[in-house]
Amino acid sequence: MSGAGGDFYHVWVYLQSGPQFGLLATLLVWQGATWLDRRTGHAAWSNPIMISIAVLAILLLATGTSYRAYFRGGQYVQFLLGPATVALAVPMYANLATMRRNLLPILIALGAGSVTASVSAMVLAHALGAPRDVVISMAAKSVTTPIAMGISQDLGGVPSLTAIFVLLTGVFGGLLCLPLFRLLRITDRRAQGLAGGTGAHGLATARLLLVSETAGAFGGLAIGLNGLVTAILAPLLVRWLGF
Amino acid sequence: MLGALTVLLVCQLIGTIIAHAAGWPIPGPVLGLVLLLGLLIWRRGPSPDVQATSQGLLRQMGLLFVPAGVGIVNQLHVIRTDALAIAVAIPVSTLLALGVTGGLMQWFARAER
Repeated sequence: MSGAGGDFYHVWVYLQSGPQFGLLATLLVWQGATWLDRRTGHAAWSNPIMISIAVLAILLLATGTSYRAYFRGGQYVQFLLGPATVALAVPMYANLATMRRNLLPILIALGAGSVTASVSAMVLAHALGAPRDVVISMAAKSVTTPIAMGISQDLGGVPSLTAIFVLLTGVFGGLLCLPLFRLLRITDRRAQGLAGGTGAHGLATARLLLVSETAGAFGGLAIGLNGLVTAILAPLLVRWLGF
Repeated sequence: MLGALTVLLVCQLIGTIIAHAAGWPIPGPVLGLVLLLGLLIWRRGPSPDVQATSQGLLRQMGLLFVPAGVGIVNQLHVIRTDALAIAVAIPVSTLLALGVTGGLMQWFARAER
């Protein structure tokens, strides 16, 4: 009865019911995106995270595949975010000596930046009419994704939305951090790194690492510290602002 | 690699248990990070296994955000309805945070001299 088209359809339905489709699609698209990123010499527009998300989202929409079906495989990749967050302790440990020497300035500058990021994002989004769940999802947008999604979930935000906000923040911050530092005459490499890691996490840090090792080290430190500081402060800020 | 992955997962598990038991609004993996940092200070550095596995995980970290990001297909209506709020709040708050953190740290660095 069923011709070749019918068989293909059955295989497609079968694949979608298991984890293979989501897992393999994620890995294949990611490898294609990182290949493109290397080919373009890490151009700002070829961010592999952004490209992978766009390609997979279009693939799901074009084939009428539900996110649930995709996530049956995607969850295995996402699960590794937990151990990856814990692993951030290793680069933090490597920068411990530098951190101890500048502890007070780091904590003050980073704390101020962390509060500025959360409060300004939530207040602006609220003022422009965004509903509560979108506003809450903004709270951790400057924090590295795994920590940000955990914070957002605990606050009653939408982790998927937070992941997008974090990504937009990183792409924007990575593009504009150096021009902004020039404009504001922020020339100290430690200050640049701390600002990049606090304001726009890994993507700005990766950009700064290309110009200075010191900036990169301070960026790595700021990513972990800002995750901790925001995890502690965001619930208080949300309550204080009344969202 | 499996040994190191187990260490990371155990830290995450203990962190999650503490966060839930104490009722703290901090994600379990973040407390796991603090635990591992404490462990590294106590042991005076990571073992080669923990070092290599952590670096491997962190180098591919971008991949780990992708499945959550694809969740945008279920949020397209939000992005469309609140496009203005998102398009203003994200860039402005990012520039403010970069400027405040960098400006303060620069000021401290100058005062140091």
